[in-house]
Amino acid sequence: MNIVVAMKQIPDLHQIRMRDRQPVLDDVPLTLGNIDKNALEAAVHLRDTHGGKVIALSAGSEELEDTIKEALAAGADEAFMILDDSLDNADSSVIAAVLAATIRKINDVDIILFGEGSGDNYSGQVGSRVAGILGLPQVGYASSMEVQGNSAIVTRSLEDGEEILEVELPVVIAVMADINEPRIPSVSQILKAGRKPQEVLELDDLAIEILEEPVVTESNLAPETPRKQVVVKSVDELIAVLRTEGVIGR
Amino acid sequence: MAGILIYSDKENLALELLTAARIIGQELNLEVKAVTINNDALATALAGAGADVYGVNNDNVIPADVGAVASTLEQAAAKLDTKIVLLASDRRGKELAGRLAQNMGAGCLTDVTDIHINDDRIKCQRNALGGATVATQYITTDKQVIAVRPRTFAAAAGGEGKISLFNIEARPTKIKLLEVKTRSSEVVDIEETEVLVVVGQGLNSEGNLAEVEKLAKALGGEVACSKPVATDKKWLAEERIIGLSGKKCKPELAIILGISGQVQFTVGIRDAKVIVSVNTDENAPINRMADYILPADLHEVIEEMNKALG
Ligand SMILES: Cc1cc2nc3c(=O)[nH]c(=O)nc-3n(C[C@H](O)[C@H](O)[C@H](O)COP(=O)(O)OP(=O)(O)OC[C@H]3O[C@@H](n4cnc5c(N)ncnc54)[C@H](O)[C@@H]3O)c2cc1C
Ligand SMILES: Nc1ncnc2c1ncn2[C@@H]1O[C@H](COP(=O)(O)O)[C@@H](O)[C@H]1O
Repeated sequence: MNIVVAMKQIPDLHQIRMRDRQPVLDDVPLTLGNIDKNALEAAVHLRDTHGGKVIALSAGSEELEDTIKEALAAGADEAFMILDDSLDNADSSVIAAVLAATIRKINDVDIILFGEGSGDNYSGQVGSRVAGILGLPQVGYASSMEVQGNSAIVTRSLEDGEEILEVELPVVIAVMADINEPRIPSVSQILKAGRKPQEVLELDDLAIEILEEPVVTESNLAPETPRKQVVVKSVDELIAVLRTEGVIGR
Repeated sequence: MAGILIYSDKENLALELLTAARIIGQELNLEVKAVTINNDALATALAGAGADVYGVNNDNVIPADVGAVASTLEQAAAKLDTKIVLLASDRRGKELAGRLAQNMGAGCLTDVTDIHINDDRIKCQRNALGGATVATQYITTDKQVIAVRPRTFAAAAGGEGKISLFNIEARPTKIKLLEVKTRSSEVVDIEETEVLVVVGQGLNSEGNLAEVEKLAKALGGEVACSKPVATDKKWLAEERIIGLSGKKCKPELAIILGISGQVQFTVGIRDAKVIVSVNTDENAPINRMADYILPADLHEVIEEMNKALG
């Protein structure tokens, strides 16, 4: 069974600083999306149970060749990368077109896994768009999954409940963060990662049609949250100020 | 006249979209139309709020099959001449948005928290960079799919709409719904609560929750939490999570106990009127967005507050 895991290279969100409300991204190290790591862990688990291969798939800038080693160390058997600097901040529709075209080049794909949302953009579009392009059934917000014969049994977790679904393979599944706890690779796994097969594609290798800048970002600023930041010394003092504010004891 | 189409499978969210669509429709001179799928009650509710409803009845289309719902809406948008489709950005709506946009050849924005019209463009606000920033974005393509966060607009009410039946093509679904589990009946709505007592990983044990609940009750509020308290520790239900993957709340008062204040959390509480932070770490990032900071052990603070208020 072959499982493709789509993983996005993003700046490490914990290391982004703000200057004049603008995010400063220079020198912020790159990593793979958090929930994408859950998707990878789910794929590794399925492979260990059913056999087959886990293929990490990612579209991004040249730095990806380095970043992708995280996936190879954490259990992926090989990687497919589409490298182009324009892909780093590309629209979801562009990324989806690129990923779908690459998946078509990979033989016998049974399951295509996504994160519920990418770490930085979190728009939850790419998986649904890829399912649309490939005409495959999809299950998002997966909180558990297993494979039985030629079908996947997937639990989709919604705000007000869950639905358990049976879907014939091949299928697109987007997982939630709480589906598992991603492993931390050992030193020997990290060392081995560099020797695993990696396939690099360029945009010209893929015959795709893309929308011309479908979304324009006018501004992207840290919100202004002027807060008083008054340090109080005791519970009594706290209760007193909250009474003055009129938010308790009305 | 060209139009704008709304769809959600949930009544409250569909009514909110009706309000949003009317605002956009008025500015851009678009007629508002609504689609419902196998849901006569929803069609009646929308018509009762003045909507022009197109009711699809087709057993091949089930909500669990996102591809089938997307195909239904794609056909509706084409036949009804609605190039703009508004969806709700709940989980179902968000999953649907990308697929519908792909089918339509549309640009798409999800998790939209505000909309205004400017230069004939639909300018949308949404969180970016994991919640660290708020971006203003607009779609340039002719066709647009926009998924709006619940509670961004008030629900529409009153009016006299009409319901027409509407046919679409659909193949039998390949997705088999084996079981539906609804969540425990004890539903709380932390988005509607004026006072929130919010606990994070600074809380020592599940056993301490009773005292937290007591405090929330004394203040006339509810208990909410950071994500790990619900998903890792499972001490509270997921519906009480505040943040990027939880709820966005605007209470009058939020008392935040033992939470470090990562952006994915603060994005859900930054619109509160008054924020109190209790944290043993004076330099916890959460303190930078608090009005009142009490550097102390949260367990002692809760006990003292319960005494003082009880
Ligand atoms: C894509 C994505 C989405 C996410 N969505 C969310 C979300 O919606 N909501 C969310 O909350 N998180 C979310 N997270 C996780 C988020 O990044 C943080 O990991 C999480 O908010 C941390 O929770 P915490 O503050 O409770 O725990 P910690 O970061 O562990 O902080 C505990 C705090 O308690 C303090 N403390 C310890 N002991 C005491 C004591 N005795 N008295 C007082 N203070 C004490 C410590 O000083 C510390 O500041 C998301 C992450 C990602 C990647
Ligand atoms: N550039 C990319 N390369 C590979 N996978 C991606 C990329 N962007 C997004 N994804 C996948 O699509 C999911 C949803 O992303 P998004 O639509 O940006 O929220 C992510 O969790 C990844 O699994």
